[in-house]
Amino acid sequence: MTATEYKAGSNLEKILSEGKFAVTGECGPPKSTDVTVIEEKAKILNGYVDAVNITDNQTAVVRVCSMASAYTAQQNGLESIMQMTCRDRNRLAMQADIMGASTLGIKNVLCLTGDHMSFGNHPEAKGVHDLDAINLIKMYKDMRDEKKFQCGEEMPIGPGLFIGCAENPFADPFEFRALRLKKKIEAGADFIQTQCIFNVPKFKKWMEEVRALGLHKEIKILAGITPLKGVGGARYMQKFVPGIDVPQDIVDRMAACEKGAPSQAEGKKIAVEMIKEFTEIEGVAGVHIMAIEWEIAVPDIVEAAGLMPRPAVA
Amino acid sequence: MITAERKPLDEILELVGDKKKVLVAGCDTCVAICLTGGEKEAEILASELRIKAEQDGTGAEVEHTAAIRQCEWEYLDMIADKVGEADIVVSMACGIGIQSMAEKFSPQLVVPAVNTNMLGMPQEHALWLERCGACGECVIGETAGICPVVRCSKSLMNGPCGGSHDGLCEVTTPEKEDIDCAWHLIWERLKEQGREEMMYINRPPKNWSKSSSGGPRKMVREEAKPV
Amino acid sequence: MADADVKTPVAEGDEASGEATDEAPKKPVDPNFEPEIIVFACHYCAYAAADLAGSMRLQYPSNIRMIKLPCTGKLEVIHLLRAIEAGADGVYAAGCLEGECHYLKGNLWARKRVNHVKDLLTEVGIEPERVEMYNMSSAEGAKFAAAATEFTERIKALGPNPVKRPGVDAHVAARDALGDAAMPDDPASSAASEEGHAE
Repeated sequence: MTATEYKAGSNLEKILSEGKFAVTGECGPPKSTDVTVIEEKAKILNGYVDAVNITDNQTAVVRVCSMASAYTAQQNGLESIMQMTCRDRNRLAMQADIMGASTLGIKNVLCLTGDHMSFGNHPEAKGVHDLDAINLIKMYKDMRDEKKFQCGEEMPIGPGLFIGCAENPFADPFEFRALRLKKKIEAGADFIQTQCIFNVPKFKKWMEEVRALGLHKEIKILAGITPLKGVGGARYMQKFVPGIDVPQDIVDRMAACEKGAPSQAEGKKIAVEMIKEFTEIEGVAGVHIMAIEWEIAVPDIVEAAGLMPRPAVA
Repeated sequence: MITAERKPLDEILELVGDKKKVLVAGCDTCVAICLTGGEKEAEILASELRIKAEQDGTGAEVEHTAAIRQCEWEYLDMIADKVGEADIVVSMACGIGIQSMAEKFSPQLVVPAVNTNMLGMPQEHALWLERCGACGECVIGETAGICPVVRCSKSLMNGPCGGSHDGLCEVTTPEKEDIDCAWHLIWERLKEQGREEMMYINRPPKNWSKSSSGGPRKMVREEAKPV
Repeated sequence: MADADVKTPVAEGDEASGEATDEAPKKPVDPNFEPEIIVFACHYCAYAAADLAGSMRLQYPSNIRMIKLPCTGKLEVIHLLRAIEAGADGVYAAGCLEGECHYLKGNLWARKRVNHVKDLLTEVGIEPERVEMYNMSSAEGAKFAAAATEFTERIKALGPNPVKRPGVDAHVAARDALGDAAMPDDPASSAASEEGHAE
């Protein structure tokens, strides 16, 4: 693909389009204006991931916004994937923000619905939800490809965007999940990151359905993982986080380890095993490592999974 | 129907303040049907207020009345005398009725005794569930008769979101632990109807200008206007 | 007799529905087409005017079939709509002159409803010119004849009702819809018979 054929020409896009197994990370901005937090995280991940998600008020908890943090990360050498949630902004803001992000050199964007306000620290806020994630994907695609605003007006220069979305292979209704991915592809998504996977057999089943519809050829699928630090985290996710399926054998493995370094080592080991399995699954184009507040685990995991060095692209 | 719930008593007492002649006005339509503010409930609230007044020694005199419907001028005519005699009217009607009273009897003080909460339906006796978002552009013909605007916590036009689990919404506040995921319900019913393909349509963004977001709305029936 | 109140179909349609009605009908006009027209006439003025037209031996088309009402104000939107639905090619209400309604405002309500029915017909793709309202006094036999003639010509130009179907009698359907509101014809009236006004 030549430069002109790329949608955004981002590092992530180039690696995926060359068919190389991509690695993305995740970085949560701080709950303060301490920009050094982001700079530190960028330093840790730099060189070990192809691009990093910068979350946006994740779980409805207010933090520095994704766009500013994404810019900071890029200034520190790490390509960013900005997140945009439908919960916090209407269509005006979402268009204005993506244009702003584009002028700041941000090329990847993840379009999300957003966790409900009731999860976070401002439950009395009014949720915007002017659009949903599928409307948002299409809106950004049209800005990029048609150079049109959502209202139909034209713009002389549109944003170059590599558009991503999330999908949860384990949420209900299960039988509809592959079809929902199809809707996102039709809306214009270029890549997807799945919710974190612990139940690999169930994920493989989802991939079967995805392949049966030929969707893996139309969109780049990155399988999500969250390395476990301890059995507490495993149990919490199993019991309290809807849409995350943690099989009992994983909880048991973590429970069998001493707290601290041994647990962490086991958690990383499980992550590496899963990544290796992902590389064998047809249609999985990469892995998305969500080591929130444990970014230092990522270099070890990526090394042990045999994914270093990260490819350099033109 | 429009549903409402009675405000906590101390809120009502604060609104009444030190007024001496209090009239509790019920409404015998929607709020009566949801057992919150009909004549029966107005009588009860008046009795409570009298008991409280006695205890607190305020000397307040509390009477009650009810209109067939507080949102119609002609029905308010019928209670005008009683309203005129009061220092303050505590209305148990929905927000529409309260505002009608306040307008008709302005500058008489009219305060709400209830919080109007939703357009709901009695799923079973004594249980009301929110059903309609009054969005001004109804789409339930495409969603198997289930409203995505107000029954989906995020008003998705293309649901469900990733938080849907076991047919339930991700919102699990103590009052709302068992919200059905509207899009799960839509999918199930579409399957029952043999119309799964409706789920595959990418629905465009909603036109919120038809909802109250676009400003207070009005409706005119030209053909019914008096000649 | 004043002709001023008998407006052309184009102008009437313009006022009533605010739409341009001077388009030529799209179907070719069958010269043999004899429209079926139902007239809802009020007892005090229009029916009396029809009677007078008969006694004056004024010619007007036999296409029209009358239904007498105490007042055109008794006419509801559904009565007009049911007549069209049952296949009547044209329907009009004939009432007293505005300001002279025996029941004060009945004819004003009728005009409002006729205008609303024009909107409804437009919605379902039927020409709004197929319904109309005419006003006349009981002394204006000629006006009655002129209205009948003009309206019949208008409907001839429009062609048959698109939803006309065999076996459905629009006149019967209209009477049924009216129920008790429809008054029996006066057998002595020349308006009730076809003689004396047939062309």
